[in-house]
Amino acid sequence: MGELSTPQPGRYRQSSINEQKLLLWVAIGTIVMLFGAFTSAYVVRRSAGNWYEFKLPDIFFASTLVILASSVSLHWAYSSFKRGMEQRYKIGLIITMVLGLVFVVMQYLGWIALDQSGATFTINPSSSFVYVISGVHAAHVLGGIGALVMATLHAFTLPFRPTKRRRNRFELVVQYWHFVDALWVYLYIFFLFQS
Amino acid sequence: MAHIADPTAVEQLEQEVTEKLGFNDHFHDHHHGDKYSANFLTHYIFSTDHKMIARQFLITGIFWAFVGAAMSIVFRLQLGFPEADMAWLKPILGKWIQVNSSGIGKLDPEFYYALVTMHGTILVFFVLTAGLSGTFSNLLIPLQVGARDMASPLLNAFSYWFFFLAGVVMFLSLFLSTGPFSGGWTAYPPLSALPQASEGSGTGMTMWIVGMAFFIVSSLLGGINYITTILNLRTKGMNLWRMPMTIWSFFVTAILGVLSFPVLLSGVLLLMFDRSMGTSFYLSEIVVGGEVLDRVGGSPILFQHLFWFLGHPEVYIIILPAMGMVSEVLSVNARKPIFGYRAMVYSIMAIGFLSFIVWAHHMFMSGVNPLISNFFVIFTLIIAVPSAVKVFNWITTIYGSNFRFNTPSLFAVGFVSMFISGGLTGIFLGNSAIDIQMHDTYFVVAHFHIVMGVAAFFGMFAGVYHWFPKMFGRFMNETLGKIHFWGTLVGAYAIFWPMHYTGMAGVPRRYYDGGASFEAFKHFDDLNKFITIGAIVVFFLQIVFIINFFYSIFAGRKLKVKNPWGANTLEWTTPIEAGHGNWPGNIPTVQRWAYDYGKNGEDFLPQYVPLKEGEHDHGGH
Ligand code: HEM
Ligand SMILES: [Cu+2]
Repeated sequence: MGELSTPQPGRYRQSSINEQKLLLWVAIGTIVMLFGAFTSAYVVRRSAGNWYEFKLPDIFFASTLVILASSVSLHWAYSSFKRGMEQRYKIGLIITMVLGLVFVVMQYLGWIALDQSGATFTINPSSSFVYVISGVHAAHVLGGIGALVMATLHAFTLPFRPTKRRRNRFELVVQYWHFVDALWVYLYIFFLFQS
Repeated sequence: MAHIADPTAVEQLEQEVTEKLGFNDHFHDHHHGDKYSANFLTHYIFSTDHKMIARQFLITGIFWAFVGAAMSIVFRLQLGFPEADMAWLKPILGKWIQVNSSGIGKLDPEFYYALVTMHGTILVFFVLTAGLSGTFSNLLIPLQVGARDMASPLLNAFSYWFFFLAGVVMFLSLFLSTGPFSGGWTAYPPLSALPQASEGSGTGMTMWIVGMAFFIVSSLLGGINYITTILNLRTKGMNLWRMPMTIWSFFVTAILGVLSFPVLLSGVLLLMFDRSMGTSFYLSEIVVGGEVLDRVGGSPILFQHLFWFLGHPEVYIIILPAMGMVSEVLSVNARKPIFGYRAMVYSIMAIGFLSFIVWAHHMFMSGVNPLISNFFVIFTLIIAVPSAVKVFNWITTIYGSNFRFNTPSLFAVGFVSMFISGGLTGIFLGNSAIDIQMHDTYFVVAHFHIVMGVAAFFGMFAGVYHWFPKMFGRFMNETLGKIHFWGTLVGAYAIFWPMHYTGMAGVPRRYYDGGASFEAFKHFDDLNKFITIGAIVVFFLQIVFIINFFYSIFAGRKLKVKNPWGANTLEWTTPIEAGHGNWPGNIPTVQRWAYDYGKNGEDFLPQYVPLKEGEHDHGGH
């Protein structure tokens, strides 16, 4: 009775993937559905006519570049962490955080530019959608910045030790940040194609 | 005691096998109890133990079921006896009962709508979603897959507390001077989008939205935990085809939840902007009280799409867990494997998938393109196929068995009966040509109360009576349970069957006087009274259940063996009073599927019993 002789006092896992990461993947799935719903609502509403046309401010293009850059810097921080390069890891984290904040500010400037171009928040659902969708996305980015702040605090207060536990925790932040980045790229392309 | 499996046989099996496997109660005593459960507050209130959270969900659910049912009695009195004096309700309902000069009390029409709205919201979301999934997914997922707790016990506790918070907000809205929201549980705009549209559309609706937002967060936190736990924390040997039907159904339910609740959230967020920021996602060219509003470009149909994209999967979020528990309870009490296990699993998956592409069958009369309607008609009717497979398999499971008639198994059989009755009327409604006549009549009310309301409650009751010993270490009273069952079965049919006829005759739903003011419906007056009396009787029968439930927690017959029903699943291998972590010793290893009943002359072979030489396992590859 081979199997009988292997007691399992702790937990048993079906796969080596860490639970927290799996939880986060499923949670990301729910966010995808949220934005999927927003953008489908946009398409459905648009096809019904009475749609105010306007041009997306260029600043959204710049903010797209910024958030893409932040993913690059976070990746750099992460690979430095794995290779035990403490200095680069810390710098990478700070750059990412700053870029994240710059992104949010640029989104805000984008809304102001939209408003001034006449596409105000309430004039027509076509513009309301852009504010709401990018706003809810920005809220998710703020959540990510919160996670980055935590990661940075860890980086500067705890002794540098790239243990598996620390790495897992850091990977959660990385996973989420790349996701909000990709989500914005999707939204930006979506808006471009629609207008 | 006919409903208990032969205790000596159970005892013997436990002795023989569990000793060898090392998960008996005497090993590793230091595991016992929860080192974090030191005091009352952390043990009973802020617990992270899934078993305690399950009990919290159940008891909160019972509270809400009582509130929701009491509301239905009030509006049923109004519908059955529109002329009667309701002054005696004044002490409870206060200003909502208007007493005229001759002392006759009348229910305020506005409050009638508030009651119907809250009844729907409470029963659908708080009782049959949180109360049902929250209770049994929490209790059974870790226990049946062989995990010590959920993937994240902390998020799991948050899931309960967000539900609690949602309840607090919804409950407080009942006491607003303008009353709670009154535009129907589906919260269609413009009633929901314009604070000035009706009394309940103001603060009442705001609180409805806040409550629902908390509720959605609660469901999502629960759902992501259930999915992760089932995917990753199954014990050794628990491959997917060895999972009990309960776990399959909770799994698909959780997937439906995490995919559809965010869509409702998006719809509700847009609604919030329409209400408070002046956008017009759902509003267009509206005149309120002679005043023309400057909202242009929106479409109320958009909300209906977003709502029903959740709304239809939601009804399966309600019924699938009940289906899973019924499969389990029927198989255990038939002492036979569930018939067509894999077909059952595939049909759950098919139902889950199809439930996402049929939502517009709720909108045939909302002005959607008839061509598009045809698409939804076809997929709606296809759902009948996997549903029929399930019904067939339940009946075949019972057929020819030596069925043990106890309260849980009776409720499981009652579930099958209700599901057939209500599912058949769904096929009528699914045809858009028929639905044009039936929509918003009592026929629809009859359909969804039988197929969802009563059936899901029956599944839940089967689960409560069956797993009560697991939850509280005692049994519920069988005699009271049987009275509860037979009374509710007959009563529920007495209430909802006649509604098919009134509905076919065209009596509309959501009318303050139940249509009595229409000459054409006068002959239904007596039927309406009959229905109301049925509702009152059934309400008192549920009080029998509640008394039985709470009495049994403290004074029910004590559970003496671990596995009273002679079931195969792992939850019956933990100690009667299991601490946090479930198994004081090792986690059991799974050796076979969950349905080896009556195999090779053995009454039952629990999942931890190793396969014999050359024995075929249904859960093997
Ligand atoms: C064969 C399966 C089913 C079919 C074809 C079907 C079809 C339909 C249709 C077409 C409607 C819309 C009627 C109208 O408003 O005019 C409807 C309403 C409804 N159904 Fe079903 N149904 C089925 C099973 C179920 C199940 C299993 C549940 C729940 C567990 C359910 C719950 C509901 C609810 C809650 C409503 C009414 C919602 C409302 O308007 O307030 N149905 N059904
Ligand atoms: Cu439906």
